[in-house]
Amino acid sequence: MSAEVIYDQASRVYPGNPGVRAVDKLSLDVPDGEFLVLVGPSGSGKSTALRMLAGLEDVNEGAIRIGDRDVTDLPPKDRDIAMVFQSYALYPHMTVADNMGFALKLRGVSKSDIEAKVAEAAAMLDLTKYLERKPKALSGGQRQRVAMGRAIVREPSVFLMDEPLSNLDAKLRVETRANIAKLQQRLGTTTIYVTHDQVEAMTMGDRVAVLKDGHLQQCDSPRELYENPANSFVAGFIGSPAMNLTTVPLTDGGVKLGDLTVPLPTAVLTGAREDGLSEIVFGVRPEALRLVGEADDGFELVVELVEELGADAYLHGKVGDDRFVVRVDGRTPPRIGDNVRVALRGEGETHAFNPSTSLRLG
Amino acid sequence: MTTATAAPPATATSEAPRRNTKRRYGPGTLTVVTWVLAILFVFPLLWMILTAFKQESDAYTDPPKLFFKPTFDQISGVLKGDFLPYLGNSAFVTIISTLLVLLLGIPAAYALSLAPVKGTKNALSFFLSTKMLPIVAAIIPLYVISQNTNLLDTVWALIILYTAMNLPLAIWMMRSFFMEVPGEMIEAARIDGANLPTLLRKIIMPVVAPGVAATALICVIFSWTEFFYAVNLTAARAGTVPVFLVGFITSEGLYWAQLSAAALLASLPVMIVGWFAQNHLVRGLSMGAVK
Repeated sequence: MSAEVIYDQASRVYPGNPGVRAVDKLSLDVPDGEFLVLVGPSGSGKSTALRMLAGLEDVNEGAIRIGDRDVTDLPPKDRDIAMVFQSYALYPHMTVADNMGFALKLRGVSKSDIEAKVAEAAAMLDLTKYLERKPKALSGGQRQRVAMGRAIVREPSVFLMDEPLSNLDAKLRVETRANIAKLQQRLGTTTIYVTHDQVEAMTMGDRVAVLKDGHLQQCDSPRELYENPANSFVAGFIGSPAMNLTTVPLTDGGVKLGDLTVPLPTAVLTGAREDGLSEIVFGVRPEALRLVGEADDGFELVVELVEELGADAYLHGKVGDDRFVVRVDGRTPPRIGDNVRVALRGEGETHAFNPSTSLRLG
Repeated sequence: MTTATAAPPATATSEAPRRNTKRRYGPGTLTVVTWVLAILFVFPLLWMILTAFKQESDAYTDPPKLFFKPTFDQISGVLKGDFLPYLGNSAFVTIISTLLVLLLGIPAAYALSLAPVKGTKNALSFFLSTKMLPIVAAIIPLYVISQNTNLLDTVWALIILYTAMNLPLAIWMMRSFFMEVPGEMIEAARIDGANLPTLLRKIIMPVVAPGVAATALICVIFSWTEFFYAVNLTAARAGTVPVFLVGFITSEGLYWAQLSAAALLASLPVMIVGWFAQNHLVRGLSMGAVK
């Protein structure tokens, strides 16, 4: 029985003077069956938020509800959740089958039912051959699947996953990423997934909640986060390589980047005027920039580093004091030390933020 | 992105010295050193075993005879004497005190590692401080107390003292094993629905079992070989094997062959227990040593 998850102004305050607010008044509404990703840098409170839902961390203020039950003060076992840990946390002395069936055994489910459910989950995860093995005789990827299986077998209302892929190598991670997303769609169980990897967040989540310093920054679909970041933190965090952000003075109708005058939408200009700003944080993604000829309008960039990825290449250089990254065609990239001229690909691909509040303008 | 380039040299330097050490000393040198040390350690034991099967007259030759007609006279002589009651006392005291140590030490180690509260550090220091007073300094009060409580020359005096003697060490040792239990595994078990007794029995104990076995073995060895309490607080009734062995040192001189036979019999149980526990012991000791 899948269920909706609601964080209602939930806070976790670690004792001290003043107390450390690891998660501060988090309000989130995760509809039944949604795959929600909590993402943020380390120390952002994403894991703490997940552990509060699991019952492994106290909720000091506010409440957490699963379905129509208030679980704020319930012990973990009564919350009807299953969690996949970063270290997998398998029981080393038990076989794969016993690992997966442990929760059911404690619940008093009959032996034949446990076997049937374990067999079903094992088939789903391609683990049937390994059921009698101990965890130490498994590869990293197999262990990860056992951890998934342990969660699936319980048929919980909510799956909680705490960076379940970070111990896998890059190739396996991409593969498993797709498998988890597929599995979640098939089971239709509400899932809260914590990661620090924004690529994982973008590719897996129905919605992504970005956290920083215990505060929710924005919770939206991946596309919306990418195209309309609510503040300069989200803008810089989502996307790889990151969005170019630079503080520039406001001129009539736009901003100046080196020699280039970039026009800004009226809404942005109005917003900036209302806030009484003389300068703004201007943001533009690497793929919204292009190289232009000597004579064209553009700004100068001295190439300091070229990252060749095959199809594309990324040029790193400096504009004023700020680093800029430009995506160019991978076949004919400039060389390090080259002086290139850069302009915007099109209008409307720019972002502007208030430098003091960091909120989006327009 | 540019920081990625700094990472490889760091790992390279950490691996380089290890490889160099191996090359410099080579496996051959290590083998020789190991053998020399092993022979040094085993030699007295070997001498004891050989002498145990000699006649008293063969035991005194100089240089010692390596080849002689082995005999079981000494061993059967020891067994015919009053060795068995002493052996019984030793076994009883060792087993009961080790069980008591585990019974008291496991919950203590759990509490001090996985469920720490304010004062945990103080408790740990206190346990250790009980080992700091030399036994000699306490023996007269202990003697008087034993006498007043009618425990003198009983196995119970030794059981209490051996339990007290081994408990601090056992708690410290087992605590380090409990600390290695991954926190996420315990959390996983809690989410799976395990309450504290189930958690301890089904999850934590199986994981720390090698460590507990290693601790138990050390307690067995310490209790089995303890001499000072035994010689001072027991006599004929509750004497243990070490006390029995001393009986061979008489004013007329030493009976080497007989003493060796008795010593061999005394060390057999420890050797047998050690043999069975050796895998656990190595795993247990190295498990604690990793961090």
